[in-house]
Amino acid sequence: MPGVEGFIYPNELELQWSVLIVLYPFITGLVAGAFILASLERVFNVQAVKPTYRLALLTALAFLLVAPLPLQLHLGHPERSLEMYLTPHTQSAMAMFGFVYLWYLMVVLVLEIWLDYRRDIVLKWRASTGFARLLYGAMALWSDNISESALKLDDRLGRALTVIGIPSAFLLHGYVGFIFGSIKANPWWSTPLMPIVFLFSAIVSGIACILLLYFVTCWLRRVPVDMPCVDTIAKYLYYAFLVDFSLEMLDLIHRLYEADESFRALDFMVKTRLFTSQIVLQIILGTLVPLVLLGLSQLVTFREKTRRALYVLAGSLTLMGIFAMRWNVVIGGQLFSKSFLGYTTYKMEFATREGLLPAIVLMILPFVILGVLIRLLPPWGHGEGDRGTHAQG
Amino acid sequence: MKPRASDYVHLVRMAGLFAVGITAFLVLRWLMVPADFGELGHYRTGAVPDNMARPIVYAGQAVCVECHADVAELRARGKHVRVACESCHGALAAHASNPDGQKPVRPDPRRTCISCHSANISKPKSFPQVVPEEHAPEGSCAACHAVHNPKIS
Amino acid sequence: MDQDRRTFLGQTGKLLVLTASAAIAWEHVLAGRPEEAPNYRATDHWWGMAVDIEKCIGCGTCVRACKTENDVPHEAFTFRTWVERYVVDPADYEHPKVESPNGGYDGFHEREVRDPNLKMFYVPKLCNHCAHSPCVQVCPVGATFESQDGVVLVDKSYCLGCRYCVQACPYGCRFIDPRTHTVDKCSLCYHRITKGLTTACCETCPTGARVLADLKDKNDPIHAFLREHKVQVLKPQMATGSKMYYNGLDGSVR
Repeated sequence: MPGVEGFIYPNELELQWSVLIVLYPFITGLVAGAFILASLERVFNVQAVKPTYRLALLTALAFLLVAPLPLQLHLGHPERSLEMYLTPHTQSAMAMFGFVYLWYLMVVLVLEIWLDYRRDIVLKWRASTGFARLLYGAMALWSDNISESALKLDDRLGRALTVIGIPSAFLLHGYVGFIFGSIKANPWWSTPLMPIVFLFSAIVSGIACILLLYFVTCWLRRVPVDMPCVDTIAKYLYYAFLVDFSLEMLDLIHRLYEADESFRALDFMVKTRLFTSQIVLQIILGTLVPLVLLGLSQLVTFREKTRRALYVLAGSLTLMGIFAMRWNVVIGGQLFSKSFLGYTTYKMEFATREGLLPAIVLMILPFVILGVLIRLLPPWGHGEGDRGTHAQG
Repeated sequence: MKPRASDYVHLVRMAGLFAVGITAFLVLRWLMVPADFGELGHYRTGAVPDNMARPIVYAGQAVCVECHADVAELRARGKHVRVACESCHGALAAHASNPDGQKPVRPDPRRTCISCHSANISKPKSFPQVVPEEHAPEGSCAACHAVHNPKIS
Repeated sequence: MDQDRRTFLGQTGKLLVLTASAAIAWEHVLAGRPEEAPNYRATDHWWGMAVDIEKCIGCGTCVRACKTENDVPHEAFTFRTWVERYVVDPADYEHPKVESPNGGYDGFHEREVRDPNLKMFYVPKLCNHCAHSPCVQVCPVGATFESQDGVVLVDKSYCLGCRYCVQACPYGCRFIDPRTHTVDKCSLCYHRITKGLTTACCETCPTGARVLADLKDKNDPIHAFLREHKVQVLKPQMATGSKMYYNGLDGSVR
């Protein structure tokens, strides 16, 4: 058999989960991470990251809208996916996806964004004509009360939502980790650390993503980058990354030390088929290098220009590293046989339903949605700095 | 400043939207969940008869013997006593349903015999095996062995 | 001779039991009314299988019969049952050489140099119809389930094709049917066993290496089999409640 080494069970010849399922935890991770960064400002009142607050919320929404698409594309019968809502199996981690997703989308993100933007929406409704007027009117639910007391009410409710939102974000991504971590048949996945590793890597990827997006939007808008803001974000990125890295190392050392029956198979896999994606891309380039860069920026005071370049580099490497991590979990977990006696290969197709092309399209799509959202609901204020409206109260 | 009733209008409308959404979901669920779902467990009860409804392809030993008692008797005296008819003759439900119309193909004795009795180091040692090329380079096994009672007396 | 006398399930007796009910069942099958199969009450049965590795000759008849009976696609990665050949070097017990060319469909024909130091045997595999199935646990919609008589079944008209169950099965027993894009696996010939017949693999196994068992039937020879042999299930550490009982299962088998 081409691509097969040693013995695999006959039915294992076909890899079940493709690159699309790699995208799924990557995208939901970005959602959870972006939201948690936004919550920092709201709940913990970190004023420095305020310029990214609304951008983070819109990014989370854009990615969340795309998150179910790779799953949907991958299903053998996409038309039956509604069954997840109709007859969810309470013992199945996957069945809860629909509900966790809807909760997060509707109750947390949409409501929070709506409350935060309501004043802007009403103002735009008043100022616009034609179709735009209809759209903004509908978004305001045809209620134009933006009196101070009404906005104060919105702000209180929004704060409460964020407080609910943080555990929801934890739930969203922790549960994605549980989908993998609860499969006892697969030793590469089966660890109680999986949800928490997923969660912290999600926070890391979300923060890195917003950092980069902030740089890009500043560049596109030709406004200066708010240095205290990016310095603070970089600091959070560094500390979140340290926790994430420690957890992953704990997992690795634990496996190395316990060396159970699956160890030889996994060890071999990491040293051969996963060497590039795991050792080189994930651990060295995607974790150690950005950690050193970020750590250095905490110790040494570089010039602004150097710092910006350093952050962009560290953020990009981080995103690549987290993507490699998702790849190594999802694809890596399927490259060895459950007999531990052999290995198979993942051959990525290109222009097929589960190929590289749809994966690329699905990775571009959130940015298109984000562009539309930004046009609809500009995250930056009206020339008076990047202050969200709710802070006035 | 104390909020007035009018300050709640948009919130009430949003809550209304959510209520409509949740109601729509419940109605949809009520309409779309199969009626027999969840009676015996978390599945469609109808899936059980669905699994039972597949056509039978191998008729089963008992049905063959009903007509071919003579062969069964012959076989009963030899070492193939516990080898079912369809092990060698293949699936015969079509023949059992229509004994005259669906005549089964007679198995090629040599190929059929070899599929079990060709020597292999991995087979249990007590199992009778030969190297076909040495034991009988050519011709049919049936020339010497009666297939239903293979012992040469 | 001696081995014949020790035939592990007294199969002749089993056949006699089957005859009467099978004859009635056959009439219904012929009439196209399988639902009228004679008085089958799921709660009266608890199905499993006895597999005797010491009897398996690796002929692949079970694999072929299964594909025919259940219309399993003839792909190299779609098997409801398959046979593996183990070659174990006692000096390197943990790393057996295993092969299963085309799932053992065509049997095992190679003749290699006899090495008296090696231990070799065949292992037939199929769905273990676990009492605590990981696959049933993870199915998000209830498209796979354990029937009242202990058979793990698939509802093909309900399966999403998400493949989570394939990931969750420790034994590699599940696959996606490329024609229907839904999951498929051994149904323990549910359409047969509910009508008094045995499974296609057990029916055609020439050596009686696999025998269907009803664990709720007090007269089923399985009870003597379990009592008199040192039996083992596959991957007991997975605690899946497997009901495939293997006699002579070597510790090297995964």
